[in-house]
Amino acid sequence: MQGAADHIVLAAFVIIGILFVPLTLTASRLLAPSKPDERKLDTYECGSEPIGPPWVQFRIGYYVYALLFVVFDIETVFLYPWAVAFDHLGLFILVEMVIFIAILAAGLAYAWKEGALRWR
Amino acid sequence: MTLLWGFLWGVASVATIAGGAILGVWWERKVSARIQMRYGPQQIGPYGSLQMIADVPKLLFKEDIVPDLADKAVFKLAPLFVFGPVATSMVVIPFAAGWAPVDMSVGILFFLAVPSIEVIAILLSAWASHNTLSTIGGLRATAQMISYEIPRSLAVLSVVLLAGSLRPLDVLSAWQWWWAPLTFVGFVIYFIASIAEMNRGPFDIPEADSELVAGYFADYSGMRWASFMMAEYGSMIAASLFGAVVFFGGGWPLSGAAGVVLLVIKTVLIMTAVMWVKWTFPRPRQDQLMSFCWKVLTPLALLQLVIVGAVLPWL
Repeated sequence: MQGAADHIVLAAFVIIGILFVPLTLTASRLLAPSKPDERKLDTYECGSEPIGPPWVQFRIGYYVYALLFVVFDIETVFLYPWAVAFDHLGLFILVEMVIFIAILAAGLAYAWKEGALRWR
Repeated sequence: MTLLWGFLWGVASVATIAGGAILGVWWERKVSARIQMRYGPQQIGPYGSLQMIADVPKLLFKEDIVPDLADKAVFKLAPLFVFGPVATSMVVIPFAAGWAPVDMSVGILFFLAVPSIEVIAILLSAWASHNTLSTIGGLRATAQMISYEIPRSLAVLSVVLLAGSLRPLDVLSAWQWWWAPLTFVGFVIYFIASIAEMNRGPFDIPEADSELVAGYFADYSGMRWASFMMAEYGSMIAASLFGAVVFFGGGWPLSGAAGVVLLVIKTVLIMTAVMWVKWTFPRPRQDQLMSFCWKVLTPLALLQLVIVGAVLPWL
């Protein structure tokens, strides 16, 4: 990021990106018919009556992957500054990073062995 | 003045994505038809190329349905944040040497991070729909998208290591032809993980039409549905462009306007490969998908990184 000008361009991008959808929705609202009835506003499950509420507890498998993600994402982000500074730091940092990656791999191997990667 | 410039760029980017989505849908219909030994659209315009021009008004004229039981505020808000991040991520892509909409010093990280906001929007839309199919789809999408982010960022990291910079323009100017064979495994990982990030086939289990109807956007209709579709095609365009820049040197070996044309050609080739994969492979199971990410792609990406790191000091 070079200066304020770039931030402004970025902000404009975000605004346009988010405003685009309401814009098309407004166009659609002007053009499209709107005749809601009970059947249309029903939850869509291919014609069969929905059984029970969908807002329920869900299986633990998803949560385990979220935890794994948090661990590995942080470690990935740690690797980025290393990659950028690689030229200035030389061989020592390479060895250090190989050790770091080995620890990462050991963590993955441990999660694997404990069955965290098995779908339950 | 700069604000106006920014708005212009923003409009250009959104127009690129919307136009690209229109062309992409047509191209995908053609590619899929050829793969299935059909003709695809051929009635409207030469080779059916104006088919999507007919389809956009159709979408505009569709009734907008918000289900009674849905969490209405969230249901209406979610599509905005599905499309917004994808459009924003285009901002850092360098189209030619010294020419990117915003020259950002951490552009690579920005590109990898910003589209991830989509995960939250997808989960919100799925949960707000108050629909069993949507909820399952949203959970699957979340697990898949966050997991595949790891190998994807690790794959890009090996190029960052070679370039020694997170600035996309620096990566582009430092790019050498031998990076492509050296990081080819990285590109394959990036390619697979990107397909999973876009929730496209064969990794479309969150929206698997044969079991979840349309998954997290089953209850959306009309233009709201179209914003999910546009986000999918938008992220396909953005990911292919980024892949062409980072792994294949953008316009290399040409420069200037010819380079931009070559970059577009490379991007279209990658997009065609994405479609090819979608229409050729069967859909895996959820557990197969997750274990493929964690047991194959992540270790491979780490290995690629170590190889690049080991080769680099001797070059």
